[in-house]
Amino acid sequence: MDLELIVFWLLSFITLGSALSVVFLTNIVHSALALIMTFLGVAGIYLTLQADFIAAVQVLVYAGAVSILIVFGIMLITRGSGNMQETNLFGKYKYTAAIVVTFLFGVIVYFLIQTPWSIATGTLPENTVSGIAHLLLSDYVIAFELAAILLTVSMIGAIVIAKEVKNFK
Amino acid sequence: MDINFSLLIPEFIVVGFAFLVLIISLLVPEIQKKGLGYVSIFGLLFTLISLYLMMNVQDSLLQGMYIVDPFATFIKMLIVLSSIMVLLLGTEYVYRLINEYYSEFCFLVLFATLGMMALVSAGDFITLYVALELMTITFIVLVGFWTRNTKSSEAAIKYILLSALSSAVLLYGLTLIYGVTGTTLINDVVGTIGKSFDNSILLVGLVFLISGFGFKVSAVPFHMWTPDVYEGAPTPVTALLSVASKGAALAVFFRVFLKGLAGISTLWIPILITITVLTIMLGNFVAIPQKNIKRLLAFSGVAQAGYILLGLVAFTTFGVASSLFYLALYVFSNLGAFGVVIAFSQAGGGDQISDYNGLWKRSPLLAAVMLICLLSLAGIPPLVGFVGKFHLFRAVMEQGYVWLVFVALGMSMVSVYYYLLVAKAMYLKNPKTNDAVKVPIGMQITLLATMVITIFLGLYQTPLINLTISVAETFF
Repeated sequence: MDLELIVFWLLSFITLGSALSVVFLTNIVHSALALIMTFLGVAGIYLTLQADFIAAVQVLVYAGAVSILIVFGIMLITRGSGNMQETNLFGKYKYTAAIVVTFLFGVIVYFLIQTPWSIATGTLPENTVSGIAHLLLSDYVIAFELAAILLTVSMIGAIVIAKEVKNFK
Repeated sequence: MDINFSLLIPEFIVVGFAFLVLIISLLVPEIQKKGLGYVSIFGLLFTLISLYLMMNVQDSLLQGMYIVDPFATFIKMLIVLSSIMVLLLGTEYVYRLINEYYSEFCFLVLFATLGMMALVSAGDFITLYVALELMTITFIVLVGFWTRNTKSSEAAIKYILLSALSSAVLLYGLTLIYGVTGTTLINDVVGTIGKSFDNSILLVGLVFLISGFGFKVSAVPFHMWTPDVYEGAPTPVTALLSVASKGAALAVFFRVFLKGLAGISTLWIPILITITVLTIMLGNFVAIPQKNIKRLLAFSGVAQAGYILLGLVAFTTFGVASSLFYLALYVFSNLGAFGVVIAFSQAGGGDQISDYNGLWKRSPLLAAVMLICLLSLAGIPPLVGFVGKFHLFRAVMEQGYVWLVFVALGMSMVSVYYYLLVAKAMYLKNPKTNDAVKVPIGMQITLLATMVITIFLGLYQTPLINLTISVAETFF
């Protein structure tokens, strides 16, 4: 067994294990911390695929920004000690959700195994960042500019919605 | 790399005016902000003219990343037209009720228009997704920007949660299709799928795509957000959401399925037929017990989306042309109906159907516009809705789905019932008060225009039909 495979198994184990603990832990803060581990595990898998830029983005955006956002959300909405029962009063669909999710998972996995995937051949570039940069400002320039406008709009929207409400009637 | 920038002129005008309005709104004093609405309308009129001049252009940018063809231009014209009418109808409402965010309303409508225009032209999945999010996030802000009204905030939260879910489903579907075909370009997908038809994962991707797009066009069973969001949002936003956002989503639905996935139409047509039948039946039946006019129009909009999808089921030039024709008339008739709701509620009336009792005594114009638009949506001759439904049913009939036509026809009868309930309230019942409803002159003109177009197109529709047929030929 070569090193790459061992690393892959290890990372998959970390990712799936922490993803399961996100669901099964009873304290919402612990769940959030486990989620960060999941993000990092995924970033590790990207690294084994030599997608270094995507891995960096994964760490920066997901493990960094998104998890901070989630922790902030938890800070604002938790009641009591942060126990799941106290925070989520309407979470009564545990078993229904388990059945639905298992079924969906089964269907997707069945079809994934049935499919003859074509595996990309060819050598990977040494440095993916400059390739991505070039693509972003050439072929994908319209999507890139739209994303910029999207960010402006969401910023304005966040200010409009979060601004203090005056003269509440 | 060279880009033919002239193809992007309409988008540039919209972006330019959006940022112009955004900057001006920070500079002008509070009392002069009302002019911003007219600046926005002015910009959109420019866009409309530039789109009209581009009607026959058939080209693409960046190796097919962004497609400018008659289909895209036609839908864009409808989108811009509905944004203009929403601004004309909604200015007074927003200025009076949501005064503190009036300028935000103006430029956010422009940004939403940009998102919808880019969505219609998107030639690859990445542009498609970014444009879709630009449209959705702008609409979320617009739905929730009446911060003093808790119903508006509630609607925004419902919309953001459910549309995040549907975006995730759509993205998963897109990645599965990318995984099979190895390309994100819609025009290249068709060639690769032809070679690897036996890929069963394609079916999963297809189902996810239909769910994602079905959410945006509010097709059953992905319609559950529609009534709540339509009811809670400020009425001008509801009007734009029900017309332009639905039109743009339908357009991209058509493009992906008719261009990209045309080779596997035997796989998706059965799924689509099921969804269409469910949409038409549920939309019409659930509309009957509604007491709130906005919820009634929401369910009627669900049913109308079902009718438009019939053209995709037919999968012929004539079918697509009928869908486009129906979409055009839906824009005018539905905006007319929503315009009356806007005018009535800004004058102090409520949103319940019982509030419309005896409206013809209080404002004959509003009652007449509402009646004509609703009858057109129901498909009563000689109004344009009849012509639209007739062509759609004929297109489906030609493909041999006779039972489908009977279902749709029967449900049209059902729809007449609940549309006439509103008419009954307006014309036969006695009003609670006899005060006249004051309607500003700009709104009166816009409402009259929608009514006149609805009647005129019903009597003389040949040019529009010829136009839609030539537009639909881009696909076949």
